[in-house]
Amino acid sequence: MSNFFEKSDLSRSEAENIISDTLQKCDDGELYLENSKSESILLDDNKIKNSSYNSDLGFGFRAISDEVVAYSHSNEISKNSLKQSSENLKSTLKSVKGTYNHEIPKSNKKYYENINPIEQKSLNEKIKILNEVNNYLRSKDDNIKQVTANFLGEQKSVEIIRSGGETLTDVRPLIRFNVSVMLEKNGRKETGVYGVGGRQSYDSYLKDDNWKSVCDEALRIASVNLESKPAPAGEMKVVLGPGWPAILIHEAVGHGLEGDFNRKKTSAFHNLMGQKVASEGVTIVDDGTIDNRRGSLTIDDEGTPTEKTVLIENGILKNFMQDRLNARLMKTKSTGSGRRENYRHIVLPRMRNTMMLSGNQTQDEMIKAVDKGIFAVSFGGGQVDITSGKFVFNCTEAYEIVNGKIGSPIKGATLIGDGPSILKEVSMVGNDMMMDPGIGTCGKAGQGVPVGVAQPSILINKMTVGGTKL
Amino acid sequence: MVKDQEFLEKKASYCLGLAKKLGATESSVVVNNSVSETVNFRNKKLDESNRSDDLGISITTYIGKKKSSISSSNLLDDNLNILIEKCVETTKNTPEDEFNSLPDKDLLAKEFKDLNLYDDTHIENDQKIDYLKKLESAASNDKKIVNTESSFTQNKSNFILANSRGFCAGYKTSSFTASSVTVAKDEKSMERDYEYSSKCFLRDLDDAEELGKQAADQTIRKLSPKKIGSEKIAIIFDKRIAKGVLSTFASSISSSAISRGTSFLKDKVNQKIFSDTINVLDKPDILKGLGSRNFDSEGVKTDTLKLVDQGILKHYLIDTYNGKKLNLKSNGRCGGTSNLYFENGNISFKDLLNSKSKSLYITETIGHGSNIVTGDYSVGATGFLVENGEFKYPINEITIAGNFIDMFKNITLANDLEFKYATNSPTMMIEGMVVAGK
Repeated sequence: MSNFFEKSDLSRSEAENIISDTLQKCDDGELYLENSKSESILLDDNKIKNSSYNSDLGFGFRAISDEVVAYSHSNEISKNSLKQSSENLKSTLKSVKGTYNHEIPKSNKKYYENINPIEQKSLNEKIKILNEVNNYLRSKDDNIKQVTANFLGEQKSVEIIRSGGETLTDVRPLIRFNVSVMLEKNGRKETGVYGVGGRQSYDSYLKDDNWKSVCDEALRIASVNLESKPAPAGEMKVVLGPGWPAILIHEAVGHGLEGDFNRKKTSAFHNLMGQKVASEGVTIVDDGTIDNRRGSLTIDDEGTPTEKTVLIENGILKNFMQDRLNARLMKTKSTGSGRRENYRHIVLPRMRNTMMLSGNQTQDEMIKAVDKGIFAVSFGGGQVDITSGKFVFNCTEAYEIVNGKIGSPIKGATLIGDGPSILKEVSMVGNDMMMDPGIGTCGKAGQGVPVGVAQPSILINKMTVGGTKL
Repeated sequence: MVKDQEFLEKKASYCLGLAKKLGATESSVVVNNSVSETVNFRNKKLDESNRSDDLGISITTYIGKKKSSISSSNLLDDNLNILIEKCVETTKNTPEDEFNSLPDKDLLAKEFKDLNLYDDTHIENDQKIDYLKKLESAASNDKKIVNTESSFTQNKSNFILANSRGFCAGYKTSSFTASSVTVAKDEKSMERDYEYSSKCFLRDLDDAEELGKQAADQTIRKLSPKKIGSEKIAIIFDKRIAKGVLSTFASSISSSAISRGTSFLKDKVNQKIFSDTINVLDKPDILKGLGSRNFDSEGVKTDTLKLVDQGILKHYLIDTYNGKKLNLKSNGRCGGTSNLYFENGNISFKDLLNSKSKSLYITETIGHGSNIVTGDYSVGATGFLVENGEFKYPINEITIAGNFIDMFKNITLANDLEFKYATNSPTMMIEGMVVAGK
């Protein structure tokens, strides 16, 4: 745990006084302190291209009065700097007359261990594995023209001090291991990317030469794409594979169920609470409590313990995801979804691990039910316009389905759909729910946070596939 | 207030000195400070104020051909001592790369023009609030507008770049940015759109009412969109989308993508990749330009480049490392382009709209659908159906797709270029793309 006041002219008790003084008569607010250490080691083009280390320290001071948020952040943890921030907050919130809400739930549960993954493995060992990855892949296939592999490791310590001196802390490890392969054959180039990660040590993901299976998967995707033909254009049935394709759920409905957009009534879902928004059999939860997952958090960035929030239950909209501000204004409770990229940013309600739960059909039944459509196995990124509800995502591995059989692979294409109606088009839910491998980062208002997704195979009756073949 | 040159220079030279003492044969350092003040409004009321004061330092040390780097937001000497020691230690343990090097001394910038990038004016939050009140009042005039969000940011930054080959320079920049996002609603639909203005000098910023009105108009016209069928059709990209095509072009000619062999434009220098009428310039010395600079992020001087001359690709964007690898000299593009733009075409916006009996005018795309390895492009899109030069009705939930190799050859540009961003394009028409809809 970081001692944020150790090398500062500001003592903890002085900080507490400034916090309490600034936040009296505010409805909410806190001082958020953060110390993060991160590393990146990259192999590319047969060489170690980059070995870098970052250490980031700073605070963000927030005061909330009714709907108004005043925020000030700085890298200098000093008396001067905190006082200046305090003045800044006070000048924004000129006449406050609220009552500070001291209530914050407590929990002893922890969803990851207090470790520093960077120091658990030496630089030389990491470099050795990256070189082995390169040699392993290049000896497997003569068509390999490029291999990129990298380690990203981080330890983030946060401390939240509320008015009255109540303090909440968390230490969050996070790692990611990624491999990207480019193949070239007969003048055609295609890539394949795969990775693993979560809130444990590197070795938890790499033991027993597990890195080889990450390499094999990246190579397999690239090889499939090398044989792909142009994707069709137009509306058709789509079968999604289990796991990572659940970013469809994340984009299509997840963002639209975040508290801020619904309080502001800018989400296409804002007036649909309690109504049927999905086919029967569709249940979606957002869960921050799964051990060691990339999207899990012991407490959120306001200090609220995370939970498993049921968003849609058997087709009916049940809950939005809330931070403290939006929960208060919507007269409900925080779901432990208040997150920020780091101390430079304000808190927003965000997803953690968003999951569609298993049904009882098989992927085989779904494929057989499609005359003409596509089978999408893996995706790159996605995006949503939460107001119109339209969302997209890009296939990185997909196949055509003809008369109930999987056919040739097709080139990367964008799929587009309508968030509020897409889940009503789900006609089969598989029994094969799978978590993603731990690679997702969600962007909102310029802030990236690690998230997870999961789903079983599903059949969607109608989506528009953005290929080039008419 | 943003830290002065003296403070930043002192930190930079401390780091270079210490790195040398600890065994680095060469090193470079960037120290920067950025102070921003933002006020956000929502539905004509104050919603958020945000002040940020960001310090940062990044150091790269070399021992021969070995290299490593560190960065931190904590500039206290204690912390820098630990980090630089760690950096030098890591450098020793990182394998050699024959192309690792600081820029050649003769390429480093020696002349520093005043590009007029800093406005000393300070705008108080109360003045920002006045601006936003006017903006939101204009934005919410029409009853169809059900939500308005707007924001005003003042940013002042300063930096120093120094290296062990004697380079040490930096300068202050400022920006004033206002934006308006509006939501409109009718019985059938809810739509969102925006308008935005960003300038180095406060006095050049767009009029508040004009900005708010524009955002509202652009949103209202999107209401009650239709979905159209799948077909091959000419696409007209609004300027704010057309600049994205240019950005993808820039990524595809970056020396890193070229040297790694991961760009569809590899080996295309001196070949025709656009039609005869197309010229692309990257001009770093535009006064008050949002991308203007005297040198790149390695200190290499940055001259104007005609990247595409009458359709022919003339240059890659080259940094030191990839330049050495490709056996080419850096042209001062480490960190990317400066003020990048397509020169104006020959026809007016109106004539461009009129040039086809039927086309699609695209105002927004979503998704990450540009693949620079293969040149494939497929994104979600929103816009309008244009018939005989007139906007017929709004469309959405479609995708547009093609391949940049063909798309580049089929570009026609209007003559309505303006310098609103760092990368700019006139309105652009591309024929032969495929729309997927119903």
